[in-house]
Amino acid sequence: MSERGRQAIVATLAGVAAGWLALALLVWIYGESPREVAGQLLAGTWGMAYGVGQVLYKATPLLLTGVAVDLALRAGLFNIGAEGQLAVAGLAVGTVGASLPPGTPAWIALPAVIAVAPLAGAAWAGVPALLRARFGAHEVISTIMMNRIADAALGLALARGLGIPGTVRTPDVVAGARLPRLEAFGLPSLHGSAVSLALPLALVVAVLAAWWLARSRVGRETVLVGLSPSACAAERIPVARRVGGALVLSGAVAGLAALAPVLGYKGYYESGMGAGAGFGGIAVALLGRGHPAGLLLAALLFGTLEQGGLVINARVPMEVMTVLQGVVIVAVALADSRVRAFVASSIALPKRSPRTAGTR
Amino acid sequence: MSLLVSLLSLTMLAQTLRMAVPYVCAGLGGVWSERSGVVNIALEGTLLAGGLGGVVAHVATGSAWAGVLAGALVGASIGLGHALIVVRGRVDAIVSGIAINLAAAGGTRFVLRSLYDSSSNSPPVDGFRSTLLGGAGGGALLVRTLVDPLTIATALLVVASGWTLYRTRLGLRVRACGEDPVAAASVGVDVPRVRLLAVSLGGAICGLGGVALAYDEHQFQSGMSGGRGFIALAAVILSGWRPGRAAAACLAFAALDAAQILVQDQARAASGYIAQMLPYIATLVALWAIARRRGAGAIAGRPPAGLGRAVD
Repeated sequence: MSERGRQAIVATLAGVAAGWLALALLVWIYGESPREVAGQLLAGTWGMAYGVGQVLYKATPLLLTGVAVDLALRAGLFNIGAEGQLAVAGLAVGTVGASLPPGTPAWIALPAVIAVAPLAGAAWAGVPALLRARFGAHEVISTIMMNRIADAALGLALARGLGIPGTVRTPDVVAGARLPRLEAFGLPSLHGSAVSLALPLALVVAVLAAWWLARSRVGRETVLVGLSPSACAAERIPVARRVGGALVLSGAVAGLAALAPVLGYKGYYESGMGAGAGFGGIAVALLGRGHPAGLLLAALLFGTLEQGGLVINARVPMEVMTVLQGVVIVAVALADSRVRAFVASSIALPKRSPRTAGTR
Repeated sequence: MSLLVSLLSLTMLAQTLRMAVPYVCAGLGGVWSERSGVVNIALEGTLLAGGLGGVVAHVATGSAWAGVLAGALVGASIGLGHALIVVRGRVDAIVSGIAINLAAAGGTRFVLRSLYDSSSNSPPVDGFRSTLLGGAGGGALLVRTLVDPLTIATALLVVASGWTLYRTRLGLRVRACGEDPVAAASVGVDVPRVRLLAVSLGGAICGLGGVALAYDEHQFQSGMSGGRGFIALAAVILSGWRPGRAAAACLAFAALDAAQILVQDQARAASGYIAQMLPYIATLVALWAIARRRGAGAIAGRPPAGLGRAVD
């Protein structure tokens, strides 16, 4: 196995171990038995069909935001804006879905609303992308700002016209624009859970993104730009365009993450829907480490934690899961930098991977 | 009463000062941290954790001053944690900041539920409830705000931070670590140590801001920082990483908040949302301006050159 692969596995295991340890500790501090709570968590998620379906439903947006953050990381960018990109796409999807004529057949309605999501996400990522590619303004600050602007802009839009008066939600989307749930396809064992066609769609996107980065010319150039912008500039690769393009594409994928809650579950957009998936995506990307299977496993892990939080909420506050996300992120990053420092001292490897290129 | 009159009233001035305290504290925290070269987006989480720490100590001891101390200590330990992860652990400061914000958002709710059996708010606390003037008018509010120990402390901290950063040996070292860590190290400055100190100090000040926020509401509410840490970060950038100007930018953002409250009293308008967006839009414009002028040589208002750079 390659040095990098081993490094990835060590860091991932460290993250998962630290997460479990933190969970056990917090549960114990709260005065519950860690063993019983962990048992309940597993039984309520992977131990029953409904639980599995809910985990898959929660993992769907996380996989997409994870792919989105990962795409940007490969180009040496830190997209902290998935949260806002997802929210804006959610409102756009909800609005377009609700304004279609009621009888629109699914074969017209679905492609139309699905296409809206990446467009809206990409547009929201377009501002930081332009600032970065054209002027070199740091994307971390600008994407944070765009998240906050999205918050206010969505509030404004829902209060003034796009929402049902007196509420913070859009009208229902037309029937044809709903993404069918998986239970409708002979998977009755998932009965009642919200997992929908958005899941296979997310899997396809994850594979396509990996293929694009590894096989297409533009994708490969994007990865190279992430590794060494100066070398790429010397090779006449349009660095600014690749960087900007990667951020816009990242925003488009983050926008797709809105489909599962809006079209697959509720059938409308509501303020706050999908919140947390943007930051969760950062955790997924750090844990998934640039491989579609890794991203999927990480999304499943955090999806399990999210659903598990609901399951154990009666005994232990579900907020422990948010704390766990933080712990896992730090543990993975720490283990990663430790392993990297160790490897770098034993054999000369490039000290900086694109994963740490988010410094300014 | 017309809108203009109420915007120029004593109430407006008092509200602005009152709301500015948490912003200014968080802004100073950001300046201390980033001037030493450590990017700090964890201000939001530090405000939350500091506020809760203050309220918990206040509830437990019955003393508002114990709460202030606890808030500062919690803030300092978060700053120290961030700095240890970034400086000693060589982890990207953005990654650490995100993790801290997540942990603080979840952790404060967890503590609320553990201690007070509510995931939304703490029991009420007195804070520094002044018995000086009980009136409800703008003047009385202004006086109460001006004699609040946290307002006075914040004003002193602005002056002290500026003086320390620009007039003392410690300040020179902090700025040196932020501008060029390698050069600083080569003349014998212990860069990691200075950074640990500066980020912890900034964390303590930011924690005070959290206490002020909670005392002002007379309780801790989950998520009560409401983006103030990010606004303070915006103020730091707009100010060119200078404490006095950062405080001024924070005052301006607080005035926006205060105006929003007064306007919402008068008419339920869209202006509230627009006022909410303004600090962030201003920051985007400033980012664009800073980036555009880069390369035109050394200019005031650029980020510390060594921001985010480690020294090996």
